[in-house]
Amino acid sequence: MNDQSLHASPGRRAWLRFRRNRTVVLSSWYLMLLLAVILAWPILLKVAGGDFARLHDPDRISDAQFSGPSAQHWFGTDLHGRDLFSRILFGAQISLLIGVFGAGVSLVIGVLWGAIAGYVGGRVDGFLMRVVDILYSLPSIIFVIVLVTTLGELLKHSHLVEASPTAEGAVRIVMLFVGLGAISWLTMARIIRGQVLALRSRAFVEASRTLGAGTGRILFRHIIPNIFGVAITYTALTLPAIILYESFLSYLGLGVQPPMASWGTLMAEGVEQINPIRIYWWLIVFPGGVLVATLLALNFLGDGLRDAWDVKSK
Amino acid sequence: MYFLRRIAFAIPLLLVISALAFALVHLAPGGPFDRERKPASPEIERNLRAKYHLDEPVWKQYGRYLGDLLHGDFGASMKYRNHSVSDIIAQGLPVSVLLGGLAFCFATAVGLPLGFFTAARRGRWPDYAGSLLAVLAVCIPSFVLAPALILVFAIKLGWLPVGLWSSPWHMILPPIALGSFFIGQVARILREGMLGAAQSEFVMAARAKGLGETTLLFKHVFRIALLPVVSYTGPMLADLLTGSFIVESIFQIPGIGVFLVNSTLNLDYPMIVGLSLLYALLLIGLNLAVDFAYTWLDPRVKYE
Repeated sequence: MNDQSLHASPGRRAWLRFRRNRTVVLSSWYLMLLLAVILAWPILLKVAGGDFARLHDPDRISDAQFSGPSAQHWFGTDLHGRDLFSRILFGAQISLLIGVFGAGVSLVIGVLWGAIAGYVGGRVDGFLMRVVDILYSLPSIIFVIVLVTTLGELLKHSHLVEASPTAEGAVRIVMLFVGLGAISWLTMARIIRGQVLALRSRAFVEASRTLGAGTGRILFRHIIPNIFGVAITYTALTLPAIILYESFLSYLGLGVQPPMASWGTLMAEGVEQINPIRIYWWLIVFPGGVLVATLLALNFLGDGLRDAWDVKSK
Repeated sequence: MYFLRRIAFAIPLLLVISALAFALVHLAPGGPFDRERKPASPEIERNLRAKYHLDEPVWKQYGRYLGDLLHGDFGASMKYRNHSVSDIIAQGLPVSVLLGGLAFCFATAVGLPLGFFTAARRGRWPDYAGSLLAVLAVCIPSFVLAPALILVFAIKLGWLPVGLWSSPWHMILPPIALGSFFIGQVARILREGMLGAAQSEFVMAARAKGLGETTLLFKHVFRIALLPVVSYTGPMLADLLTGSFIVESIFQIPGIGVFLVNSTLNLDYPMIVGLSLLYALLLIGLNLAVDFAYTWLDPRVKYE
């Protein structure tokens, strides 16, 4: 490390280290490119209109069933003759949306839970951490299935859904990321608690307390900014896990409902078509490939963030 | 003493878990008889509910459940009539345990050398290739890997059977599909541990005293780095041994994982609570075993 970076702020030093990591830079480019294509594709379809839009309409059923990749359908078509390329991109919106918001939900719950447990300590700490222990010992699949079906049932009878049927899809997505976020915050809470516990006894926090700072000020001015790096890192590592979990739920038929698609439902549709007579390889290779590539990039990004913030060594 | 206290603490923990699982499934809308092939007439449904005591208040049902549990009775499944929960577990668990055990052996047999190798060649191309392999193993979901394995090895090449669970030939693809995720995890945890240990002072001291790199890696770095892997095996084994819905349903293996998901979808109350308890018991037991192994592996660790 050279002189210049020694004098930089922790955030700036992390950024410098982050940028030096080649796999991280490559992953970032891939993700930005993917994001750009995902956002631009629907606009392109609208602008181009006509035959091009009709050919690539992700929901339009056509006669071209199970046609392999070609100049017209770049990734081939599925059982109903729908364009797979388009379906993957529209599915990406859903998968990434659920991943980002799910990770956000787990971030908020995990940081608050862990910070309070670590900072307040004593009985509160004991109680909060026992809750985490108990939730850890419950199979998460049971928790998430019951949560998602319960929320779904409740929301089905709400005014919002009865007013407009299109709202149901949106409500389902909200429910999914709330449910998935609600089961993914446990590790975050444990890590944050450990960090806060270590920070609480540090000299600068003691000094601040001696100077008369209140709990709120210490928490928000000193503790939270210092656990920022750890929190961001574990959020980045939670994101691919949630995308994976969503695709698992969709695979079970509990996630996104047709005609809406996510990467999980696309994979499930591909797996259904496996038979010894005729192999529609593109139905598995393309959705699986994009899913795996994205998960890889997100994992590399998370690892890069961890190295950059030097999470482990402190 | 410490471990006795831990075991004593496990009992209230299991009680809370059973209560939580019980409350959770009873709070969920609908009931176990909603998804019958033919919708039952109101009279039949009322009789069914009475037979399983579902017409009583929930706390009373829970009390009844606990009473039965003390006699070793997990109750009767509400979906698979004429089968008790213990029967279903007794039938499915050995299969899942065998599948999970094989997957565990596979994951450690590949994951440990992979992690060791990448750490020993840090920053050179074997490290990059091996690390990529490890992340790939984590990122490929089993519902992608399992069909891919079937496509290649069962359908295209015809070497191995497509599904079922009868001969040793049937027991090759499913453990691979199930264990690959853990290969990646084990390799990554070991690599990280070894890189951390390689920078510690006792390794530097040993190197300064002239110890060879090979001895250093095997006897000092690897031994310390194995500890985080050991603590990971607790939750890992609990996951593996209770079966996997995906792998069991794709390969049509009669294990317990399929029941876990199906009984939750059907709200088969006694099945869900019974399986939750089984999972929790496994997890608590395995974590205890891991902590016990720790005192033996790492003499620095002492529990008071």
